[in-house]
Amino acid sequence: MIESFQDLHRIARELRFRTVRTSHLSCTPHLGSCLSCLDLLVYLYWQVLRIDPSNARDQGRDRFILSKGHAAPVLFQVLAERGFFPVEDLEDYGKDGSVFGEHPPAPKYLPGIEAATGSLGHGLPMGLGMALAARIRGAHYRTYVILSDGECNEGSVWEAALMVAAQKVNSLTVFVDYNKWQATGRSNEVLGLAPLAAKWSAFGWSVHEIDGHDFSAIDAAVSAKDELGRPKVIIANTVKGKGVSFMEDDNNWHYRIPSADEVRKAATELQISPELIRLDGLAPRTHE
Amino acid sequence: MRNAFADEVTQLAAKDLRIVLLSGDIGNRLFDRLRAQSPTQFINCGVAEANMMGVAAGMALSGLRPITYTITPFTTTRCLEQIRVDVAYHEAPVIIVGTGSGLSYASLGPTHHSLEDFAILRAIPNMRILAPWDAPSLRHVLRQALLDATPTYIRIGKKGEKDVLPIEKVSTIGRLTTLSSGESVAIVAVGTVASEAVRAAEALKSLGVSATVSLAHTVKPLPEADLRELFQTHRFIVTVEEHSLAAGFGESCLSFAQRVGFAGRLRPLGVPDLFLSKAGSQHYARQQAGIDSTAIVEAVRGLISKPS
Repeated sequence: MIESFQDLHRIARELRFRTVRTSHLSCTPHLGSCLSCLDLLVYLYWQVLRIDPSNARDQGRDRFILSKGHAAPVLFQVLAERGFFPVEDLEDYGKDGSVFGEHPPAPKYLPGIEAATGSLGHGLPMGLGMALAARIRGAHYRTYVILSDGECNEGSVWEAALMVAAQKVNSLTVFVDYNKWQATGRSNEVLGLAPLAAKWSAFGWSVHEIDGHDFSAIDAAVSAKDELGRPKVIIANTVKGKGVSFMEDDNNWHYRIPSADEVRKAATELQISPELIRLDGLAPRTHE
Repeated sequence: MRNAFADEVTQLAAKDLRIVLLSGDIGNRLFDRLRAQSPTQFINCGVAEANMMGVAAGMALSGLRPITYTITPFTTTRCLEQIRVDVAYHEAPVIIVGTGSGLSYASLGPTHHSLEDFAILRAIPNMRILAPWDAPSLRHVLRQALLDATPTYIRIGKKGEKDVLPIEKVSTIGRLTTLSSGESVAIVAVGTVASEAVRAAEALKSLGVSATVSLAHTVKPLPEADLRELFQTHRFIVTVEEHSLAAGFGESCLSFAQRVGFAGRLRPLGVPDLFLSKAGSQHYARQQAGIDSTAIVEAVRGLISKPS
């Protein structure tokens, strides 16, 4: 809450780099999906969420669910940087027995995790349950959920969207990371997602469509009040692979793992000091 | 059982404000008392079971004790992944209640039968599976299930089941309840099909065969200590369940018997590997499936007459 947008940009650049480097070292995929939602996570974790890393299970904490669980590599970097566990722990990423894999583990295995996502379409119903629990118990926390656009293929997303509207739950904010791609094709072509904003609007939601990499736009959408008390969805137009020129809008990076040279190239683009690259003597851990 | 469930939930909810009943748009008027007593403790989640189960998990992870309620296939197989991931993996203390289970809704056809629920949910870690046989046993296991935070599935019947035993006689979760003791054979019945076992034991008595009748409301964890005792005191055992023979209660018992070296013979009765597509009553369906009292009597006589 004290950071300037300039600070947020610096944090985002560093976390982008660490995510790329870790992908190389641990052979963890989904880099494109990670980089498209990274700015949303940085904004939430440094500007919005009322959380205390030293008291991670505090009952009054805001809840955040990364429903697109395949972007867990970013979530892990964010949680480490926010102090839920040491940044150095991530050097074990992908090693046998490590808690850091391709998706978030169940909450009891890692501080800061609210839901073990990865199977798509689970995060919004669970977030709705958390928000309803707040209402029933008279608690004042808010719940935030990030969905992917491909995830909106799942019927359970729309089941939840209907129920959120029926129950008039307005302590819940949903983001759709609309990077226009899903695993194997354009999200507007695979299942006809467009017009996405109109769909949410028809479901009774207050819809904000923004540039998901623009902190002031995110800020305005998050702060906006809806006079009708409707639940809020922020359709964040994003770029898959954002921040690394050769990954941007190239869906091969849904699965591709960067080489050491590509990590160094990304470091240059992200203005990372050479001493932070730290690849020498480290070999990627393949799981083949 | 349905009415007893609604009554019990209403009473428990008055004392425990963490309880929330989530209904899948079913039970018209069944929960009117609960809704009048405490409107926030009842939510109709609509015909959207996958969402309902995820909502239940989110609530359970936030300090509530949600109970989901709808017709069995819809609160089990319809939302199986939400049970596996959101409830079981998260160890979320959700109580999943399936009504009209087994062949209770025989006349509604295979879409509304549930003959696979034990098998499927047994394979999911952290799940507890309960199948009470009458209203008192249902009240008993529901109260007990709320005492700890184990994700629990309770399969119940419909309405009109005759009470078998008063609630004080019902054993705790994980134990068998002995109804009568005999020497020739032990019949272990799980869930509402217990009534068929009771009738079978009476028929056997008139044939001069004395049977132990044990009722099981706990499918998982398997009541191993009590089964072991039956293995020690009986040479012949018949299990009966209103569930597929595949990976049900009987097969769990068989596998346990083999593991502990039971020297006698155990014969599981259950529904064969087919959809019961003909219309008819629950009694007719049980006859077709070979799990009614006559089938139990036949199975016992077969075991005893060919002991090797």
